[in-house]
Amino acid sequence: MNKRSHSIAFWAGIAVFLVAVLSMTQIVRNEYPFFAGYVILQFIALAVAWTILGGYAGYVNFGTNAFFGVGVYTAVALFKATGAPLVVQIAAAAVVGMLLGFGVGLLTLRMRGIFFSIATIALAIIIETFVMNWRFVGGAAGIQLQRPPVMAPFDSYVKMLFFVQAVLVVIAVGIARYIQNSRMGRGLQALRDDELAAECTGVPTLKLKLVACMISGALMSAVGAPAAMYLQYADPSSAFNLTYSVSALAMSLIGGTAHWIGPVLGAILLGSTQQFLAVTISSEVNVLVLGIMLVLFVVGAPKGIIGLLRPRYRLRAGGKQ
Amino acid sequence: MDLLLGAVVLGVLLGCFYAAVSVGLSVSFGLLDVPHVAHPAFLVLASYGVYQLNDSYDLDPLLAGLAITPLLFLFGLLAYRVYYETFEKRGSDAGVRGIAFFFGIAFIIEVLIILQFGVDQRSVTATYIGKSWRFGEFRIPIRQLVAFAVALALTVVLAVYLSKTFMGRAIRAVAQDEEALRLMGANPVRIKQFAFGIATAVLGIAGALLIIVAPVEPTLDRAYIGRTFCVVVMAGLGSISGTLIAAIILGVAESIVLTMFGASWAPAISFAMLLAVLAVRPQGLLGR
Repeated sequence: MNKRSHSIAFWAGIAVFLVAVLSMTQIVRNEYPFFAGYVILQFIALAVAWTILGGYAGYVNFGTNAFFGVGVYTAVALFKATGAPLVVQIAAAAVVGMLLGFGVGLLTLRMRGIFFSIATIALAIIIETFVMNWRFVGGAAGIQLQRPPVMAPFDSYVKMLFFVQAVLVVIAVGIARYIQNSRMGRGLQALRDDELAAECTGVPTLKLKLVACMISGALMSAVGAPAAMYLQYADPSSAFNLTYSVSALAMSLIGGTAHWIGPVLGAILLGSTQQFLAVTISSEVNVLVLGIMLVLFVVGAPKGIIGLLRPRYRLRAGGKQ
Repeated sequence: MDLLLGAVVLGVLLGCFYAAVSVGLSVSFGLLDVPHVAHPAFLVLASYGVYQLNDSYDLDPLLAGLAITPLLFLFGLLAYRVYYETFEKRGSDAGVRGIAFFFGIAFIIEVLIILQFGVDQRSVTATYIGKSWRFGEFRIPIRQLVAFAVALALTVVLAVYLSKTFMGRAIRAVAQDEEALRLMGANPVRIKQFAFGIATAVLGIAGALLIIVAPVEPTLDRAYIGRTFCVVVMAGLGSISGTLIAAIILGVAESIVLTMFGASWAPAISFAMLLAVLAVRPQGLLGR
């Protein structure tokens, strides 16, 4: 298949997906599938966003929770101050997340490997501490939120959030796919394989990393924004929970980071397993399964699920020594 | 003024304790370059081991820490072997996956502790816990003094071990130039494995101190990611004497902020200092 028909197939798939999601919200009456599905969609979007910096560029970001939490609290603060509608909350969260990504990038992207990772954990904790001491949004105790009336054509708020999150997934996947096939994607891959060599051959490494960090951050914060309305409640220790970081990272690495489909597969697989385990056994066990799967895949299947399915990706991304 | 002086004194005591929980990381991350994000999780695990022995057999926490040291040593040998075989030996892409590997291990340990002991705080009993000495205006809990003395001794012993004994020098040699060591007929992997074992073994005592100083909970390791990495990076990678200095700086800073601004700001101090050090002076105070 050539590039153009690839594109047509991709956008046709996206259209089918959105139509399916929309008609599902109109047909299915029971709210539970949307309640559970929302979480899975949220993790798909987070994992895809994580992959833009963590997979394409190879910078392991432990700070997914920082961006997610900032998204949650941007929405909360905006809603409390002005009662802004959901779309505005999400857009504002994306802008704040992008600015945060810019700041994080400037401060930390000169660091290599583990130092970058530790620095991102540090940022998450520092931001969480500030939010805990911010009285306006409830401080450490958290804040209750009253959902505004739902808009047509939806008959319940959860269904609307489900659709909104599906749109965010489409945006995240679209951006990831665009980056992967563009000059930028090749630049990121080059700096991931050998940063010094990339810099020497004229790849603007710092600029590319910075842009990747901003896009990734904007997406993560946008994904976080509807979470406050989903739970009708927000508190710092759950908005900035480290589980978001380990989930995004694990889903992305388990799926495979060489292609945008990797994190999507990883998130669907792990997200639905988690939903199942959380309901049937306990939420502790589901974190345990996440950890064990992460370690098993990192040790045994370095290129993730897509590496197992298609050996081509194993060759493409395995050039580093 | 007295308040500030008290904060500084407590900070120095706290700092020496931080040195004790960080020296292991100073060896494994500082000298061996292993991205050991699971170090604080190992530490908390050791604390729960101490708790178990103290709870079941009424063993003194420090003796309990000593008792689990050989086990931890073996655990360290095993952990390094797995890390070496899967990442270092293959060389490719070790950075990303190595970090993710240890991150996953840390999470697994956290959840296993929750499943075994629950999420409640746990503490140990000993004759010196709960009492305090009075010096005029302020009081110093004896548990802090015990932790201070043992921590100082542990750090000094490890520093002497690394600089005076044959094996200690071999460990520092492998950190400086692995290839040269290989050319001299030594096996660098075996030395590194042994060093990682030592780095994990000292967590026996360090874990005992952790639970002596304050009750522990399963997710305590998250706060200690900041503290231990802050100390090790600020010290300058692999510098044991620097570890002591950096830990005291951190301890005093935390103690002063705690006294002046309240406990809700304390968790961010170590992370903020870590970021500042990484941004301004990544080679640390006594960097090599």
